[in-house]
Amino acid sequence: MKHFLTLLSHEIRMLLVNPSTYIAAMLFLFFMGFIFTNILESYSKVPQEISPANAFFQLFFIPVIFMVPLLTMKSLAEERRLGTIETLLTTPVTTAEVVLGKYCAAYFMYIALWATTSGFFYILYKFIGDTHFIDLGPLGGGYLFIAVSGLFFVALGVFASSLSRNQAVAGILALVVLVVVIFGPSSLATSSWLDRDILSPLKDAVEYTRVLSHRDDFTRGVIDTRQLLYYLSGTVLALIFSILGVEAKLLHA
Amino acid sequence: MNGAQVSYLSVPTADPRFDTMPDAPAIEVSHLVKTYAGVSAVNDITFTVARGEILGFLGPNGAGKSTTMRIITGYLPATSGSVRVCGVPVASQPAEAKRRIGYMPESNPLPEDMRVSEYLYFRGRLKEISRRKLGPRIDEVLELCDLKRVRHKIIGKLSKGYRQRVGIAEAVLAEPPVIIMDEPTIGLDPHQILIVRDLIASLRGRMTVIISSHILPEIEVTCDRVLIINQGRVVAQGTPADLRREILGHSTYHVELAGDAAGLPALLATVEPTLAVTAQGEPDAGGFRRFTLTTDSNDELGETLLRALAPAYRLRSLNRGQSTLEDVFLAATRRSWDVRSEDLRPRK
Repeated sequence: MKHFLTLLSHEIRMLLVNPSTYIAAMLFLFFMGFIFTNILESYSKVPQEISPANAFFQLFFIPVIFMVPLLTMKSLAEERRLGTIETLLTTPVTTAEVVLGKYCAAYFMYIALWATTSGFFYILYKFIGDTHFIDLGPLGGGYLFIAVSGLFFVALGVFASSLSRNQAVAGILALVVLVVVIFGPSSLATSSWLDRDILSPLKDAVEYTRVLSHRDDFTRGVIDTRQLLYYLSGTVLALIFSILGVEAKLLHA
Repeated sequence: MNGAQVSYLSVPTADPRFDTMPDAPAIEVSHLVKTYAGVSAVNDITFTVARGEILGFLGPNGAGKSTTMRIITGYLPATSGSVRVCGVPVASQPAEAKRRIGYMPESNPLPEDMRVSEYLYFRGRLKEISRRKLGPRIDEVLELCDLKRVRHKIIGKLSKGYRQRVGIAEAVLAEPPVIIMDEPTIGLDPHQILIVRDLIASLRGRMTVIISSHILPEIEVTCDRVLIINQGRVVAQGTPADLRREILGHSTYHVELAGDAAGLPALLATVEPTLAVTAQGEPDAGGFRRFTLTTDSNDELGETLLRALAPAYRLRSLNRGQSTLEDVFLAATRRSWDVRSEDLRPRK
């Protein structure tokens, strides 16, 4: 892991000097701000049962589904398309270091983007001058959920990028995988064929993997180690498959 | 920007840290085989490169040059066979072997959005050069490759010649004992080719260099030894002079003379039994005709030939035909599948 820091600082540096990063960040903030003002507007009309923070994080999947593929699709696909992966892997660097460097840089960007949305709550707090309306519990839980689930989502994006040399293909693949991971278990859990007794262990398993209910738990302040384990093991698995993906392409180049 | 400028700049010798086994040859390739989905790209190649030698790799497109180079660098795994770099097996100790190699791939891929000095710094860090040494070393290679003026330019905006030199600078950056360059002079103008040639020549004796090229005179001037491969096999190897003798197997002379040509074959046979006229031209205004003579002998026959011909004919010119490496290359690659390097060793 000697070269990991070199690779990571290189990746982050390249992100920071690239103007398109700032344009993407600005558009992301614009989009999230739009969602946030809409939520506030609905609160001003009718009293709601949940706090604004809770409502805001209920829509977490919209930015995740679009931002994660955009952040990760370039990582390994671009290296292979340009052929720079060849110069990279002929230095004493392992594939694992390359993949981890890319992954951590993408995760850093993901977290940085989400962190900027905390500005919305700060502005709201300045405006109303009372933490009572902001509800810090769900807010903290919501950001924790974003940080933990982001580990897994970004890893899935990197994995998709390892499979193709075409950025567009990698991006769409990541999008589809994310939709399946986020909504798949929820729609499976409601389907009636799982209600049979013999399938009850399977139904339990599907229940555990429901990302949408994990979010509810986190914002309610319930942090379940099973859920943490789900995201951590998913991350590790996706990264291992990314490493294998890069190496398999070399074997069958 | 002239070629001589490069040659008097000193190139430090290969870093002794990497030379744990100074007696082992720089590169040992034995019985290397690589198959892609059943098609063999490299078929049982064996060769050794001594320390400090410059080896030229020749072959038509798709002969397996790039594949062989990629296997030596550890980028691609071999199907069978073994490669050792300075005594270190590439397959089982890839990191150790990669520390000993500076590699420039065929298309010379470079990141588009980095500055030249940034790129070299990043690559230097990956190649484990300490921060303290890296700054002066980057200055050295920039000077060596005549890149000082573009050090702050973005690589994507450089011309082909500069990009190629950035690739070369990157390959020599860590002072590895072995440098492998896949077509380093492709796309360069004659002036830049001269610079690159001098650069490679300045590494002679200090670093082992393998280069592949399509430009045959290029290889002929720069390389100590040439390896010609075709369809994944070594079809010829040796110094350019050896190869010329070995593959072509005959020498040619051109004479221009006037007089009765009927007695010429008999006269030639007295000089050297295998000497024969293979082509003759039409007499020009002065009655001189041009004859092409071929012999299996490799000895210099010019003087005896002159003595023999002078009393009988009016002689205007005599010269020995210079077969180029190009002829050797064409002859060697035209040979059948079954011709192996073993059959082509000089018969002594």
